[in-house]
Amino acid sequence: MPRVAIQAKGLVKWFGEGEAKTTALKEVELEAYFGEMVYIVGPSGSGKTTLLSVLSGILKPNEGSVQVEDVAIWTLDVDHLAEFRLNKIGFVFQDFHLFPRLTTAENVAIPLILKKKEWDASVREAEGYLEIVGLKGREDIPPVKLSGGEQQRVAIARAMVSQPDILIMDEPTASLDGDTGNAILSFVRKNILNENRCIVVVTHDSRIYEFATRILQMEDGRLKPTTEKSAK
Amino acid sequence: MKGTLKLAYKLLVNDTAKFSALLLGITFAVFLMMFVTSMFVGVLNHASATVINIGSTLWIMDPAVQTVANTVGIPDYVLDAVRSMQGVKYAVPLYSGGGLAKLSDGTYQSVNIIGLDDTSLLGRPELVEGKIEDIYAENGFIAVRDAEFSKLENPHIGSEFSLNDNRGVIVGIAKVATSGLYGTPTLYTTYERAAQYLPNPRYTISYVLVEPKSAADVQRIKQQVNALGYLALTKEEFMQRTADFFVYKTGGGTNMLIMVIISFLVGLSISGQTFYTFILENLERFGALKAIGAKSRDLVGMILFQATFTAITGYGLGVGLSVLLIWLAKLRLPSYAAMLSFGNLAIGLAMVSIIAGISSYAGIRRVLRIDPFEIFRG
Repeated sequence: MPRVAIQAKGLVKWFGEGEAKTTALKEVELEAYFGEMVYIVGPSGSGKTTLLSVLSGILKPNEGSVQVEDVAIWTLDVDHLAEFRLNKIGFVFQDFHLFPRLTTAENVAIPLILKKKEWDASVREAEGYLEIVGLKGREDIPPVKLSGGEQQRVAIARAMVSQPDILIMDEPTASLDGDTGNAILSFVRKNILNENRCIVVVTHDSRIYEFATRILQMEDGRLKPTTEKSAK
Repeated sequence: MKGTLKLAYKLLVNDTAKFSALLLGITFAVFLMMFVTSMFVGVLNHASATVINIGSTLWIMDPAVQTVANTVGIPDYVLDAVRSMQGVKYAVPLYSGGGLAKLSDGTYQSVNIIGLDDTSLLGRPELVEGKIEDIYAENGFIAVRDAEFSKLENPHIGSEFSLNDNRGVIVGIAKVATSGLYGTPTLYTTYERAAQYLPNPRYTISYVLVEPKSAADVQRIKQQVNALGYLALTKEEFMQRTADFFVYKTGGGTNMLIMVIISFLVGLSISGQTFYTFILENLERFGALKAIGAKSRDLVGMILFQATFTAITGYGLGVGLSVLLIWLAKLRLPSYAAMLSFGNLAIGLAMVSIIAGISSYAGIRRVLRIDPFEIFRG
């Protein structure tokens, strides 16, 4: 029996009030398990990013609950929630959001630095993760001098450096060409995913569907029945 | 350095263009402020030159006196009365006035004459050439080697001049702590000779210099002098009275205040705007940090550190630039009236602290308001 990593119940999220009110999530129920690489796919405006934000403790739902492992995250106060994200969740943002004035290794070290780990030790540890994502020798250059695929790898290394149980990837191939996107997701599937980790990917790039273990279809704020995929 | 502060430091200084603009703003503001106030402090210090150089504990004067240069004669009986007051260790007269010296080449030069008490020579300057007792020699004067010394044709011992058709001979060269404000050379002689050589009003005593028996006697002496219809001020009070005159009765204080406000506004507008722009440009990254798990207090600490670091660096550069310019000016103009005091430095520090506070407040508000959800939405 796989262990549940994320359990969402009755999630409702709306924006605006009165006539301007838009409901982005409508009674969403979801369970994601360790060892899974779950894709949430769907057209623009279907509520994928909103769901990802609610699941990762970024955006508070109006109704419903989210349990990550044993923690009901939306019962935590702001500081504890931030600490929870820092320790349990790794983020790979759509636009990477790397710091252009820092070196690649320093970018990767940021979560460790936020965990109050000493600077030099954090950077040394980050260099190890850069090696894992295939960027050995690129530690001291700024990320702007890297290609899009390499920047994505830096973002993945940054998400992984604090060894999170949950990895959240928002449109990971949006800024990449097809081959690079495939290579990145293949790498994640082979090297990052393991039985103690759950990866949730939001995408509308059908070229990378093959790397998912399960695909959830989102449409008009609701999750449609799941498509099980074989392990790749 | 703590990790998040080092992160803040690197984000700040690695953005060379923004950091330079920030520093430029703060440095320029501090420089403007320090320079204006240091000139004012310099002027005030020079205006009190006689008080500083004579160094008496208590000065007794006519209540109408506003500055040490603006003397009102005191009758001789005041000196006698003061000498008999309780708590007075000794009291001596001082002559302070101006004259027109005719130099050996036939030109005339305004001079400041200080007449020291013949018996005690209280307030005598430190001699670098000659002997103090030669001041008692016939026609003896001591010239002060300060910025105005050359106006007396760089006299040496034995140089002659005339003062109101009285022959004067330089018998010593002295140095003093502070030179005067008005650009006139200073000559020391005895009280009797000063009174004899210079045209006299009815009363010749400019000030009575008093040494109290103890510090506790100062107040008692002041009360007794006050009862006599005169004013007794300590050295510091007299300097403050002189400063107050320039600050409040000449418009100098208002001008200085205006310049301080202008420099503050310049600093605030350049640095505040640049810092706020810096925060805005990094807003997405602060949002990303928030999403990753940075707590609000971490972000606030980072912004405060950036603002403080910029402010202190800019302050140091501004003070350094002011010192450099004053030093260069004094190489060319030794009497250049500019002086950095702890007061200037404190005002400058307060100003940059306010600039840093306002700048960081705006930045902190913006960063705390950013919703990490925006990072996901792109």
